[in-house]
Amino acid sequence: MIKIVFFAALREQLNCAELSLAADDAKTVNDIKQLLSDKNEQWQQTFSNTSLLSAVNHDMVDGSHLVKSGDEVAFFPPVTGG
Amino acid sequence: MSNQSHLNEIAIQKEDFSLAEEVFLLEKDNVTDGAVVTFTGRVRNNNNGNSVTTLTLEHYPGMTEKSLAKIIIQAKERWNIGRVKVIHRIGELSIGDQIVFVGVTSKHRQDAFAANEFIMDYLKVKAPFWKKEKINGAGKTSENWLAAKNSDTNKAELWS
Repeated sequence: MIKIVFFAALREQLNCAELSLAADDAKTVNDIKQLLSDKNEQWQQTFSNTSLLSAVNHDMVDGSHLVKSGDEVAFFPPVTGG
Repeated sequence: MSNQSHLNEIAIQKEDFSLAEEVFLLEKDNVTDGAVVTFTGRVRNNNNGNSVTTLTLEHYPGMTEKSLAKIIIQAKERWNIGRVKVIHRIGELSIGDQIVFVGVTSKHRQDAFAANEFIMDYLKVKAPFWKKEKINGAGKTSENWLAAKNSDTNKAELWS
């Protein structure tokens, strides 16, 4: 399984903080995005936002990054700390 | 760099911090560094013309610490610096509250000045924190997630 987590405005828009996907269903971060977009119109609209960032196992990555079972994949808006 | 020393250098906490205490720790038994540069970020009472009442900080536990540790390593590679401390608060904060602290020591001031600014600039665009503000406008209270600023991205890119 791959653990997927969402943060901040994205979490609120999806009304979801975390979910799991079967590792066989996705090879890359972009595959996961596509699977999530396919859930329904709300998720599709939310993931059409091109400014969303992604991380795998706590490192920022781009969409072509490979994923495997046991990974933690995160999606979130551009950061605004400091 | 051992993990242990990073644990001493990074704190993500709900509690407030004391500038005096942090400066004391940066200076304690430190006889080689002549410069101590500190930055403190605080909650402003206004943003884009709106009156802010509270600011709530969310973060990504685990990734936040990892990204700050990477930023500190980069700073140590670029400048000849001694001690580093980064504190970032989370949770609900009020006007005037301290949000973030960056302290850097070095033999001479230039390294500590530059490294401190670099750490703040990179923290702003790389560390997974998000601010939500509660604002009063036209008699109404509303909550907004802050949008990332291009000026912060541009500032961070100046270091690359």
